[in-house]
Amino acid sequence: MNYSDANIWFIIAAMGVGTFLIRFSFIGLVGNRDIPSWILRLLRYTPVAVLPGIAAPLVFFPEATGGQPDPARLLAATVTMAVGIKTKNVILSITSGAVTLYGMMYFLG
Amino acid sequence: MASTTTKSAFLRGLGHGTPFLIIILPFGLLFGVVGTEAGFNLAEVMGFSFLVIAGASQFAAVQLMTENVPTLIVILTALTVNLRMAMYSASIAPYLRDVSMWKRALMSYGLVDQTYALGVAEFENTPNLSTAERVAYFTGTGLPVFIAWYISTYLGAVFGARIPPEFALDFAVPISFLALVAPALKTIAHVAAALTSVVLALLLAFVPFGLGLIIAALIAMCVGAFIETKMEGHAA
Repeated sequence: MNYSDANIWFIIAAMGVGTFLIRFSFIGLVGNRDIPSWILRLLRYTPVAVLPGIAAPLVFFPEATGGQPDPARLLAATVTMAVGIKTKNVILSITSGAVTLYGMMYFLG
Repeated sequence: MASTTTKSAFLRGLGHGTPFLIIILPFGLLFGVVGTEAGFNLAEVMGFSFLVIAGASQFAAVQLMTENVPTLIVILTALTVNLRMAMYSASIAPYLRDVSMWKRALMSYGLVDQTYALGVAEFENTPNLSTAERVAYFTGTGLPVFIAWYISTYLGAVFGARIPPEFALDFAVPISFLALVAPALKTIAHVAAALTSVVLALLLAFVPFGLGLIIAALIAMCVGAFIETKMEGHAA
């Protein structure tokens, strides 16, 4: 990581202020005016549009293996997704993924 | 009289918010550990959890910063992760129109996934709640969630400082993101948005400054919204 202390705090503060303003937007600023439905529609997809995009390169080309696809991580990701879709239980899904990863790393060396 | 009902609303909120500790505590610990491992000091890790209190965006920022992505892109991406909260804000706002401005500001700070979901459900199901009761209920749901978030972040940062690389913590971020996304894949539109995000993020990895991810996310949002519109057209 290559940021100055001031830079790190700038990022934290900007994220804090920005996130607050997003939360405060309708509660405090815009009030009860109706929001166009197409905006609400777009907003509904922000988590599924951003988080998989961050995860994908880390799953397929992990830095820990020099950017080479790694069976342990691929299987762990698959198990995490499968358990998450099946049970909708976030913690159970993370635990299954972690157990798979450690199990694979143990057996494959 | 009014104060008894307010107190019972607060306690009801406390009762509804407390079970979420099962989710918050491990996530906070994980953030503390991952943040510390990435090279942030205790004050910085706590700064994230106090000032931002939005787990997924905190993990996203830490991940991008370990990749030395430019400052502006880190901020933009993290805020994009939190854009869903504008939707929360819009849907809860009508119930809070008589709350004083400074209380509305405090409640906005505390508008996280759990307090939003509980708050809107309670306000919808119990339409005759007074404004004071609504504030009290919301505060009750939030207190355990926030206190657990701060404390578990702290514990993760302090005790996770010396976890050896064999534990493959590099994979904590993708695993938790996949686990967060999986339950949300409930319609074809959500699945299509997620797949678009994955494919474009990989294809656009060459785009400098981490901009590829933002482009991928914006297109994925549009794909999700577009398919939802199409599906509604068919249903109607």
